[in-house]
Amino acid sequence: MTKEILELKDVTVRFAGDSGDGMQLTGMQFTNTTALVGNDLSTLPDYPAEIRAPAGTTYGVSGFQLHFSSSDIQTPGDSPDILVAMNPAALKINLKDLKHGATVIVNINSFDSKNLKLAGYANNPLEDGTLQGYNVVSVPLSQLTSAALENIGLSAKEISRSKNFFALGMMYWLYSRPIEPTTNWIRSKFKDNPLIAAGNEKALFAGYYFGENTELFTTRYNVEPAKLPKGIYRNISGNEALAIGFITASVKSGLPLFLGSYPITPASDILHELSRHKNFNVRTFQAEDEIAAISSAIGAAFTGALSITTTSGPGVALKTEAIGLAVMTELPVIIIDVQRGGPSTGLPTKTEQSDLQQAITGRNGEAPVVVIAPSTPADCFAMALEAARIATKYMVPVLYLSDGYIANGSEPWKIPEPDEIPKIDVKFRTEKEGFYPYSRDENLTRPWAIPGTPGLEHRLGGLEKSNITGDVSYDPENHEFMVRLRAQKVKNIENDIPELEVTGDNDAEVLVVGWGGTYGSITEAVSRVRKKGLKVAQAHFRYLNPFPKNTGSVLKRYKKIICPELNMGQLARFLKSEFLIEIESFNKIQGIPFKSSEIENKIERTIGEIDNAVR
Amino acid sequence: MRLDKINGGEEIHLKYTAKDFTSSQDVRWCPGCGDYSILAQMQRSAPDLEIIKEKMVWISGIGCSSRFPYYMETYGMHGIHGRAPAIATGVKLNNPGLSVWVATGDGDALSIGGNHFIHACRRNIDLKILLFNNRIYGLTKGQYSPTSEKGKKTKSTPFGSVDFPFNPVGLALGAEATFIARTLDRDPKHLQEMIRRAAKHRGTAFIEIYQNCNIFNDEAFALFTDKETKADNVLVLEHGKPMVFGKSNNKGIKLSGLEPEVVSLDDGQYSVSDLWVHDEFDKNPARAFLLSQLSERENFPMPVGVIRQITKPTYDHDFHEQIEKVKEQKGEGDLRKLLFSGNMWEVN
Repeated sequence: MTKEILELKDVTVRFAGDSGDGMQLTGMQFTNTTALVGNDLSTLPDYPAEIRAPAGTTYGVSGFQLHFSSSDIQTPGDSPDILVAMNPAALKINLKDLKHGATVIVNINSFDSKNLKLAGYANNPLEDGTLQGYNVVSVPLSQLTSAALENIGLSAKEISRSKNFFALGMMYWLYSRPIEPTTNWIRSKFKDNPLIAAGNEKALFAGYYFGENTELFTTRYNVEPAKLPKGIYRNISGNEALAIGFITASVKSGLPLFLGSYPITPASDILHELSRHKNFNVRTFQAEDEIAAISSAIGAAFTGALSITTTSGPGVALKTEAIGLAVMTELPVIIIDVQRGGPSTGLPTKTEQSDLQQAITGRNGEAPVVVIAPSTPADCFAMALEAARIATKYMVPVLYLSDGYIANGSEPWKIPEPDEIPKIDVKFRTEKEGFYPYSRDENLTRPWAIPGTPGLEHRLGGLEKSNITGDVSYDPENHEFMVRLRAQKVKNIENDIPELEVTGDNDAEVLVVGWGGTYGSITEAVSRVRKKGLKVAQAHFRYLNPFPKNTGSVLKRYKKIICPELNMGQLARFLKSEFLIEIESFNKIQGIPFKSSEIENKIERTIGEIDNAVR
Repeated sequence: MRLDKINGGEEIHLKYTAKDFTSSQDVRWCPGCGDYSILAQMQRSAPDLEIIKEKMVWISGIGCSSRFPYYMETYGMHGIHGRAPAIATGVKLNNPGLSVWVATGDGDALSIGGNHFIHACRRNIDLKILLFNNRIYGLTKGQYSPTSEKGKKTKSTPFGSVDFPFNPVGLALGAEATFIARTLDRDPKHLQEMIRRAAKHRGTAFIEIYQNCNIFNDEAFALFTDKETKADNVLVLEHGKPMVFGKSNNKGIKLSGLEPEVVSLDDGQYSVSDLWVHDEFDKNPARAFLLSQLSERENFPMPVGVIRQITKPTYDHDFHEQIEKVKEQKGEGDLRKLLFSGNMWEVN
C-alpha cells in the first residue's frame, strides 16, 4: 500500500505516559534522530517530582514535547499537533494543550476500567464524545508489542517495557525519520543485555512496519531539513552546554576546573556530566551539603582553580552566607543556579525565573556580585565562558541564572572551532616586591596570589579589610570606602560587556524586554506580531548586574515597555527603580514556560491600547 | 636543616624559627586566654614539621579560636561559622601539595559546623584539625556550648543547662577520623608533641585541646592542670606503655573485657604487668572509645595523648589517583573531540 507523503513546515509532537513508561527516553531518541535529519528543533521535557508515582495516576504522567521545523524556530511549540498518550491519565493531562483538530494516538489496551478510574474518567473518553474534533488513532500498542516479542525469551514485564519503542517506531514511520540512529543507540546502550536489546529493536521495527501496513494511517509526513547557517551541529541541552562550556573555559584559561556540588533538581545533570570528564583534569567534589559545596569552591578558588558550584534556588539560599565571603575575600567563584519553581521546595521539576532578586540582592550587607543569564540551551555554553572570563578578570563572584526550561530543553548547536574561542588570560601574582593582598589594578581587581607562592603569604577573611594591606579594619571610613569600592568594581564591568541589543522595528513604540530563558517565546511572539504588520521592538538581557551601559538610553526611547517574566515582575522592579521608568509586567507563575501566543496577544493588546489612546 | 617531604621529596633546606611563623598582626585575644599558649606552641613546633612555609595554609571558621590564621605568617583564611573543614577540603583537593590546618572551637566545629567536621573525618582527607575546646561560647560572651557540662549555668541557661554535651574525641572516633589526640593548653611540651605527631599523620588528624577561657569559663580544666590535682586526674597515654597515673605513679587502669577499673599499685594485689597497655594502633575502636569516655566514670582519670591512629587511604590521594587513572584510560582531554561529539550533522 503506497501512502501519500505530505510536506509540512513544522510539527509539534508530545509523548506522554507514566513516569515509568520511558517517555523521556522516547522523546530524546526522536529528538536526536530529528536533529540528524537536519531540522531545527526545540524540546520541552516535563516530568513529575516523584520518581515512580503510582502507575496510571494523573500525577505520575511524564511528558516530552518536541517542535521541529524546516525553518528557524525559537520554542518547543505552543500546542502539539500530535499527542501519543500511553494511558488515559496521559490523555487527560495533555488534551487541553492540543491544537484544535490535533491527532491523538492512544494505546487502546490501557483504556480499561481500572486505568480509566485511576485517571478520573467516569466514562471512556474514546467513546463519550470527549475527543470530538480530534483525529483519534486507537492503536492496540501493548497487544502488538506482546505479539511482536512473544517467544524471544523476555518476561511479560520486560515485553511491556518495550512498548515505548513500538510507539517510537510508529512515529518514525509517520514522520519519515530514519530508524538506524535508534537501533545503533539500543545496541550500544544494552550491549551487556543482548536479549533486552533485541526486544527493543524488534519492538521499534514492529512499530515502524505497523505504520506502513495499517489502514489507520493514510498519510505520512515529511519535514525538510532547515536552512541553518553552515557548520557542524549537534543537539544540546542547556545543562550539557553549560558543563562543556566550563571545561572549555578551563582549557582556555589553563586553570583546573573545580566543582563543589550537592545534588539538586534540576542542576544535578551538570555534576553528572562534569564527573565524566576527569581526563580534562576536572575535579568534582560531591559535598555533604550545599554550604560545604560552595565553601569547598571558595577554598579551591583561593588555591587557583576555576571554581564553580551548581545548584538550584533552595541551594542558593543555603549558600548565601558563603557568597558573601567570596564577595569579601574577592575570590572568583561562579555560582550556578538552575532556577525552579519556589519558594521553599516549591516545584522541583518545573521552571521559573523567580531567583533574580535572590541573585542580585539576597545577601546580608552590601554584597554586589555579577549576575548573568543565558537565553537558550546553546547559549549556556557561551555564558559559561563569560562567567569564567569575568570572575577571573575582576576577582569577583558571578551568579549564573539558568532555569529548568533551558537546562533540560535542547536545540541544535553550531559547534565552534576550539581555536576560534578566545583565550582567558589569567595571571597569578608571583613578584614579592610591592605585594599587598588588597592592592588594586586599573579594574580595581586585587591580585590573585595562591598558596605555594613564596613570600606572598597573606590572610583573607570575612572581616572588613583595610584597602591595599588587607589587614582587619574596623575603621568607619575604611568600611565605607571598601563598600563603595566593591560596588564600583562590579559596576565598572558594564564597560566590558556587550551593549543591550535591540531588534525589530526601528520606529516601534512598544519594546518587549526579557531576560534569560524566555528569549525563545518572546522572540517568536515578536516575530509573529511583526508578520502581521504591527511595529514592535525587542531587547533581551543576558547581563543583569551590572546592566549593559546603554540600558537607560534604550528604555527611554519607547512609549511602552512590556516585560514578560516567569515571576511576579522581578526584572521590571529592578529596571523601574534604577531607571525611573514605567514598565508593564506580564507574568506567568505556573511552572511552565510562556506560550508565544500569550506574549503575542499581550503585545497586540498593548499596541491597540496606544492606538486607541491616540485616537 | 629539614627536608621538604611534602612536594615529591624534592630536597629543600629549611631553617625556620618560630619568628618566621609569626605575622605582624597584633594578637587580640583577652589577656590570659589559653589561645596564646596554643599559638605559641604552634609557632614553636612549626619549624620542626618539615613543611615549607608557603605551603602551609590555615583555615578557620568563626569564634575566638578562629582568629588564629591572622597570627600565623602563612597563607590563611578566616572563613564563616562552622565551615572551615569544607573550605579546607577545597584547598586540599585543588592542591594536595599543601599542608592544610584548621583552627576551630567547640561551637564552631561541633555545633554550627558539626556536619562538616564529621564528613571531613569520614573522608579521611589530609587535614589537621585543632579543636580549641573551652566548653563555652566566648566571642558571643558566655552562652553554653555543645561541650558544656549538663547543669551549667550561663547567660543563656540561668537555671542550668538541660543539654547533654558532646564528647569530641568520641565523636571523631565515631566519624572514623584516623588520628585522634587530646591535650591541654597548659601543658606546652605535650601540646607541641601532639602537634608534631599530627603533622606526620596522613589523613584527618584531630587534636582536642582543653583550653581555658579565663573570662567566661575560668578554670574549667583546673583539675587537670593544677599542680596538686593534675597527677591524680590525668592519664598520660603512651603507645606500648601500661596505663599508670597518680602522684607517685601508684595507680593504674586494669581492663577486664571492656570494663576498665582503677586499681592501686600500693597494696601488692596488682602490679604494672596487670594493667591495660595502650595500643594507639588498635584495630578495634571499642577500646579507644572507652578511653574517650574514661573521665566520665567516677574516680577515673582523663586520658591525654594519641588515643588512636590508624592508616587508611586519604580522600585527597584517591581523588587525584582516580583522575590520573581516567587520564591513562581515556587519554588527556581533547577539547575538539569533546565539542565535536555525540550525534552530529553538517549543514552546507
